Amino acid sequence: MAVELDNGQCRLRPFSCELGLLSRPDGSATFLQGDTSVLAGLYGPAEAKVSKELPDRAALEVLLRPKVGLPGVLERSREQLLRQTCEAVILGVLHPRTAISLVLQVLSDAGSLLSCCLNAACMALLDAGLPLNALFCGVTCALQPDGTILLDPTARQEQEARAILTFAIASNERKVLMTTTKGSCSVEEMQQCLAAAQRAATTIFQFYRDSVRRRYSKS
Amino acid sequence: CGLLRHRPGAGGAYWVDSQQKRYVPVKGDHVIGIVTAKAGDVFRLDVGGSEPASLSYLAFEGATKRNRPNVQVGDLIYGQFVVANKDMEPEMVCIDSSGKSSGMGIIGQDGFLFKVSLGLIRKLLAPKCEIIQELSQLYPFELVIGMNGRIWVKAKTVQQTLIIVNILEACEFMTAEQRKQALAKLSGN
Repeated sequence: MAVELDNGQCRLRPFSCELGLLSRPDGSATFLQGDTSVLAGLYGPAEAKVSKELPDRAALEVLLRPKVGLPGVLERSREQLLRQTCEAVILGVLHPRTAISLVLQVLSDAGSLLSCCLNAACMALLDAGLPLNALFCGVTCALQPDGTILLDPTARQEQEARAILTFAIASNERKVLMTTTKGSCSVEEMQQCLAAAQRAATTIFQFYRDSVRRRYSKS
Repeated sequence: CGLLRHRPGAGGAYWVDSQQKRYVPVKGDHVIGIVTAKAGDVFRLDVGGSEPASLSYLAFEGATKRNRPNVQVGDLIYGQFVVANKDMEPEMVCIDSSGKSSGMGIIGQDGFLFKVSLGLIRKLLAPKCEIIQELSQLYPFELVIGMNGRIWVKAKTVQQTLIIVNILEACEFMTAEQRKQALAKLSGN
C-alpha cells in the first residue's frame, strides 16, 4: 500500500511496508520511503551470551548492513543511534538476561536512510510482539540554503541542503527520542524543523496503524 | 500488539489476540521440550524460550531413585511448567498436582515435530476446533500440541504424516473455505 501525503507545505514521499515476510526471525518488516527501502529482522528475547547478558534487563544489539561493501564507521554510528532509540521504548525489564537482536539490511538508498531504518525497526518490533511503552518513527528534515524546510529529502536534496536533521519521535505526546544533525543550523531553525517533523509523525503513526490493521484482518 | 477481544457475560474478560512466534514460558503451560543434556539428576530441555528449562528425573509418574525414566538426549518430552518467571530458570514436570501423568511424559518414537506461530496453537486448542475435526475425518493420527509453538504428529504412514503437517502449517494463512477445498481434494484422491 502506498500513501501520498501532503502535510501543509511539507510533503512526504509515498511509503509502504510489509510485515512478517521472513520465516526465521521472530519479527520482520520492510519499509519503503520513495526509493529508499530497508529490511529489518528481529530475534528475541533469546538466549544471551554470558559476557553480554545484563542481570536486570534485556541486552539489545543492532546490526546495520549497507547495500554494498562491509559495514564501516557510519554504520556503527547509526547502529548506536538506533540502539539508543529502541532501548528507550522496549520494556527490557520484563526479560532480564536475554538478548534481543535487530538486523537491518539496506536494500536501496535514495535519501533519508536513517529515518527509514527507524521506521523499519519499529515495524519489526510490532511484528515480533515485544513489549513497548511507545511506538516511534523517524523523520528527516533538510534545510535548504535559503531557509526552507524539506521533509523526507531525496539523495539529491540532501546533497544540496545546508543541514540535515533526523528526529526519532515517540507516539506518546510526540516526544523526541533521538536527534542527529549534519551541517549547521540555528536554534530557531531546529525548532521549526522539529515542529514540522512532529506534524509528519502523526501521519506516519496513522500509517503504522493501518498496516497492522491490514495484517490482522488477513487472519 | 493485536486485536482487542471481549467476552461479555459474568466477569467479562478483555484480552489481546496477537500473532507472535517467540514463546515466553508461563507457569502452567503445557509444552513440548527437546532434551539437550543430562546433568546429574536433572535434564535440560529446549523449549524455545530464552533459557533451557530443567526437568528432574523424579518428576515422572512412578519414578523413584531406583526406577529412573529412560530419557536420552534428543527425546521429546510433553510437560508443564511449575516455575516460570522472568527472574528464574524455568522448571518443568511431567506429573500433575495429584502425581498422575495425565498424558504427559516422553513422546514415543517416530512422528514429526514442527513449529508454528502461537496464534495458530491457540486456535487449535480452542474447544471444538474445526481444523482438527476435519483432519480426523481424513486419516487417523496422533497429535500433541505444545503451547510453545511446537506440534508433534504421527499417522500410519510417512506420507499421511507429511500431508497432515503441510495442512496444519498452511492453516495459518488459509481461510476456512480454502481449507475445506484442500481437504476435499485430498480425500477424493
